[in-house]
Amino acid sequence: MKLGKVVGTVVSTINHPFYDARRLLVCDLVTLEGTPDGYIIAVDTVDAGVGETVLILDEGNSSRQIFDIPTGPIRSTIVGIVDEVTINE
Amino acid sequence: MQLGRVTGTVVATMKADGLDGVRFLIVQPLDKALTPSGAPIVAADAVSMAGRGELVYYVAAREAAEAMDPAFVPVDHAIVGIVDQVAVEEGG
Repeated sequence: MKLGKVVGTVVSTINHPFYDARRLLVCDLVTLEGTPDGYIIAVDTVDAGVGETVLILDEGNSSRQIFDIPTGPIRSTIVGIVDEVTINE
Repeated sequence: MQLGRVTGTVVATMKADGLDGVRFLIVQPLDKALTPSGAPIVAADAVSMAGRGELVYYVAAREAAEAMDPAFVPVDHAIVGIVDQVAVEEGG
């Protein structure tokens, strides 16, 4: 799983049926040092909002398990809102 | 998923089994500010409606094959949505 920060939303009406009524969020990926490492568009399952740090599942089979749709064309899913990260130096 | 801009089409007569009727589009990957980032890719159009100039989002690998109908045809990128709007916060 990856840590990310929600920075925006994506709205789409013409999409694969799997994505009907799904909430897509643009997330900055961050390293443990807090530096940006690209972005990803992920499907929200926890009502995350812009500005929040989130836990992103970036693996297809696990994401399909979350939605219980074995044929879903999905890889990236937001599965948690992070309260706190502690790193032991 | 990543954002991309459709910049062209690809026509191929000789294709692997399963690719008949599949539309192939050239997609320029974009960063979240919608500026080009990296080399263009050829993606299958899983929504059958994407056209040149359109902003789309796409998936790769097994998810791309999964997006097609029928599923599991030999593609490695597939467009799964046409973007109406991207809202990214200032400085985000």
